[in-house]
Amino acid sequence: MSFLEYAPAPESTALLSLQSEYGLFIDGSFRAGSNPTFSTISPATEKHIATIASASSADVDAAVAAARRAYDSTWSRLSGRDRGKYLFRIARLVQERARELAVAESLDNGKPIKESRDVDVPLVAAWFFYYAGWADKLDHAGLGADPRALGVAAQVIPWNFPLLMLAWKIAPALAAGNTVVLKPAETTPLTALLFAEIVQQAGLPDGVVNIITGAGSTGRDLVNHPDVNKVAFTGSTSVGREIARSLAGTSKKLTLELGGKGANIVFDDAPIDEAVEGIVRGIFFNQGHVCCAGSRLLVQENIHDEVVDRLKARLSTLRVGDPLDKNTDVGAINSAEQLARIRELSDIGEAEGASRWSPACDLPADGFWFAPTIFTNVSTASRIARDEIFGPVLSILSFRTPAEAIAKANNTPYGLSAGIWSSNGSRVLAVADKLRAGVVWANTFNQFDPSSPFGGYKESGYGREGGKQGLAAYLAPAASSRGAVERASGAAEIDSGNVESLALPITNEGSSK
Amino acid sequence: MFLSTTGVLVTIDRLVSPASRATEVLGGELTESSLKSYLNGISGVDAVGLESRAADLGSRSIKTTSKAWALDRIISLIDLTTLEGADTPGKVRSLVAKGLTPDAADPACPRVAAVCVYGDMVPAAVEALGASHGLDEAPGGINVAAVATAFPSGRASLAVKLADTADAVAAGADEIDMVIDRGAFLSGRYGQVFDEIVAVKEACRRSDGSFAHLKVILETGELNTYDNVRRASWLSILAGGDFIKTSTGKVAPAATLPVTLLMLEVVRDWHRLTGEKIGVKPAGGIRTSKDAIKYLVAVAETAGEEWLQPHLFRFGASSLLNDVLMQRQKLASGHYSGADYVTID
Amino acid sequence: MSHLAVPKTYKLYIGGKFPRSESGRVYEIVDASGEFLANAAHASRKDARDAVVAARAAVSGWSKATGYNRGQVLYRIAELLEGRRAQFVDEIVRSEGVSAAAATAQVDEAIDRWIWYAGWADKYVQVAGNANAVSGPYFNISVPEPTGVVAIVAPQDSSLVGFISAVAPALVAGNTVVVIAAERLPLSAISLAEVLATSDVPGGVVNILTGSPAEIAPWLASHADVNALDLVGAGALDWVQLQIDAAETLKRVFPPEQGSDAAAPSLARIVGFTETKTVWHTKSLI
Repeated sequence: MSFLEYAPAPESTALLSLQSEYGLFIDGSFRAGSNPTFSTISPATEKHIATIASASSADVDAAVAAARRAYDSTWSRLSGRDRGKYLFRIARLVQERARELAVAESLDNGKPIKESRDVDVPLVAAWFFYYAGWADKLDHAGLGADPRALGVAAQVIPWNFPLLMLAWKIAPALAAGNTVVLKPAETTPLTALLFAEIVQQAGLPDGVVNIITGAGSTGRDLVNHPDVNKVAFTGSTSVGREIARSLAGTSKKLTLELGGKGANIVFDDAPIDEAVEGIVRGIFFNQGHVCCAGSRLLVQENIHDEVVDRLKARLSTLRVGDPLDKNTDVGAINSAEQLARIRELSDIGEAEGASRWSPACDLPADGFWFAPTIFTNVSTASRIARDEIFGPVLSILSFRTPAEAIAKANNTPYGLSAGIWSSNGSRVLAVADKLRAGVVWANTFNQFDPSSPFGGYKESGYGREGGKQGLAAYLAPAASSRGAVERASGAAEIDSGNVESLALPITNEGSSK
Repeated sequence: MFLSTTGVLVTIDRLVSPASRATEVLGGELTESSLKSYLNGISGVDAVGLESRAADLGSRSIKTTSKAWALDRIISLIDLTTLEGADTPGKVRSLVAKGLTPDAADPACPRVAAVCVYGDMVPAAVEALGASHGLDEAPGGINVAAVATAFPSGRASLAVKLADTADAVAAGADEIDMVIDRGAFLSGRYGQVFDEIVAVKEACRRSDGSFAHLKVILETGELNTYDNVRRASWLSILAGGDFIKTSTGKVAPAATLPVTLLMLEVVRDWHRLTGEKIGVKPAGGIRTSKDAIKYLVAVAETAGEEWLQPHLFRFGASSLLNDVLMQRQKLASGHYSGADYVTID
Repeated sequence: MSHLAVPKTYKLYIGGKFPRSESGRVYEIVDASGEFLANAAHASRKDARDAVVAARAAVSGWSKATGYNRGQVLYRIAELLEGRRAQFVDEIVRSEGVSAAAATAQVDEAIDRWIWYAGWADKYVQVAGNANAVSGPYFNISVPEPTGVVAIVAPQDSSLVGFISAVAPALVAGNTVVVIAAERLPLSAISLAEVLATSDVPGGVVNILTGSPAEIAPWLASHADVNALDLVGAGALDWVQLQIDAAETLKRVFPPEQGSDAAAPSLARIVGFTETKTVWHTKSLI
């Protein structure tokens, strides 16, 4: 027998007790939606998991109204300390139900259980712990004393990290004193609905967290709702652009985490084995469904062939298959639609003359699958070097000098992430300085932490999630403090506080001054 | 370091002397400075990345049939070891008996790869093995490995180290586990370390011209940095080592998964470069089946599955064997075993 | 013998040079009582395009200068302004029709604000950036960096202080600017350009257009090579449409502000046109 064909090691689904049907979570309880229900399926098998409600405009109204009532009557009156305690409760409940959440996530999303178990869910708990502690320390968030919450936050999240993106959105919003209406992605609503149960278990006041499911139109209704004060969106640049347009002229604050085409730069003095691991982690983690993926590999020309050889050898050990198997490295593509896009762009890459390679791997017959793929001989003008593929597809380009690497890395309308691999610390820092990307990983890739701000330059969006900056995104300076005004002449007091108050673009708040 | 980028695949004749093999790989004269510049040119190691990769490999879930195979394979890769000042011929006989029949209740249980003892215990081991002496010679046979070269510190004159080695080989040792001079290595005298390995290799030559297999112990716990471990691994292979081994077991930390992974990367790279397969032996500190399985995973996914055989991978261990035996019994019977149901050696 | 006055020709300021509008157009600047003061260049979309090119070319040098250096260069502007107070007071009196005392107060305020911002150049990173205590063996730091090219519609009812209040904060972090001066009150802006041109501020860091904001702003709002848009003085324009145009390339946008506090000094005006960059690096002893 071959030892490497590890015997199946499936994670048990026994601890998962799902309802057959889920309603909308509004004002503390589940209720039916007004639009026709839809089915959420497992992308690994295409089997039905549960029936999901779909929110109409009237349902969105009800959810926003519930959030508004909760904001006015309870949440905005609660002390920061007590808000924090609720968030700590949620963090603990997430930890207690961690395995169940991980299984549900892998089932619904298609990601390997080892990632949902070891990355997503632990980070979800960490996010709530981190922001729980902020709730009674808002004076230190960078907006001066007594900053105020914005009100009702409308939050729309993607399908690639369903529960983690929920945590990124809800934890800071609640810590800052906002109430939320969150819409999970159409293909991955399951863990958000389990989270609604956690909200109930935590005893959160009704209406503080509302979860509404549905398609794109539900999200559109939500972000355009007139009684929403803040919009936070993570998803594609095209939808982000549409939201930015539709919010023009409104007083809604907006943060956008959009697409990317991250460059992963490998210099010839890189720690080579770790660099190969980092390349793999950069693009094959979560099937490449990662906005900050290192999807463009830039390798110094004198080690190009060496790196490609090593990468191929390494990819041959990747295990593609059942997301619930504990040894699976690469799971299922999230949807038929996404699979079609990955196939289309990969075919274009081939047609444009790039050389395509995938390791031999048997893909399951049912479900949505795409073998890990690398392209060499990719030109900078190629679609696969410019468009976000959002799949397990790596485009490899080469460079000769650090200046060329930087120029190529920055030559994109995106600016979310980048990687640098080099043993020369001075060069690492200098290159990091010159990269136009919101997150730069040096000798590592795809690391996340609640204390570490994350977000993009240019068309990758604006605003930051994580850290103090992520908290400030849900706050405004105290109404009595005359906002951001500091008199220059005779102003001895220079308040360090107003750092982020204007960092959230598209708001006309200032016009009323 | 990436010699393969030159496009030349260096082929190594097993019969050429270590010095000439190094000369071929270095592509020029073999001098202290050429050796140093070669070793210093080897790609660095990022410790965080290495440890993270090791942790990933360690999180593989090996179940059912794979686990059964793994447990048997672990046993067949063990150098069952006793290296105590209090060792006696009786203790060694007992060790040999355990190595030949690990589980008296299960004749299907594989034998270990070798027993590993101090040089003066080699005759006792050889005698106890009798017809079962020799992994390759006798069906179901096992080897005798002897630590040598003033093990574990290596602090003796070269003459003493060579005599120590020759003595053990003459007494019938199939394998010599030598220690490198860590002091010389840490002070940058790579040539001295190289020469010493070459000399010990020569001392492994038997009267019939064949060689006892040479395992070179790096004592990674004293080399301290991963960069040093990688350099010392290359140095040991260049100088003619058949195996690179992590530790004496007398210094903490002994074998760790990241260090072993790093050494596996070196033998993989050496194989890519020369086509030659070098063995790896983590030793010390591996006490449970669960840990040992992590090493099997690291071997299979780094160097390749073909390394999972006694000529290319060993565990230097003593208490590991009984834990594996208890796990085997659990798999066979379905219930957990206890310490009284395996023998002490 | 009396001295026949030599009137100044007010031109655009692009890339450190003083071109006329490529369109050849000028428009009349009149004083508070409607008397002719000067002809100002009436910038076209092509002038705006040229200004963006100049601003983009200047980003690299200005943003990579040390904060200390930018602070000194900006402080030098205040020194030069101080030396030309009389000229600015005179222009403000004539164009705004205010008293000499009011004009003097405006110039003084403008100089003080400029100094206030200059002092931030080597400090805003400390205040807006942070070290992050992540859960793992990583060095992790977040620093604000300049957004790039910022297009500004300057406050329309102030000659100098409004202009400076919008331009100075964008420069502090290392952005370069294309600014549309107050349509009716552009003289101080062009005089300031003369100060900039004789200072150490590299050409292209500040580019000044005079003319019709309604005509030029849409070209800047929709320009793909503009990273941010300050609509502080755009209250009378169709600024919602400008925001919609800006959304096409996800520009960072400051909204219009009205009243005497428009573009009041604040750290937020500096940090608003920066991008927080987070850098991770592995950290290990062995």
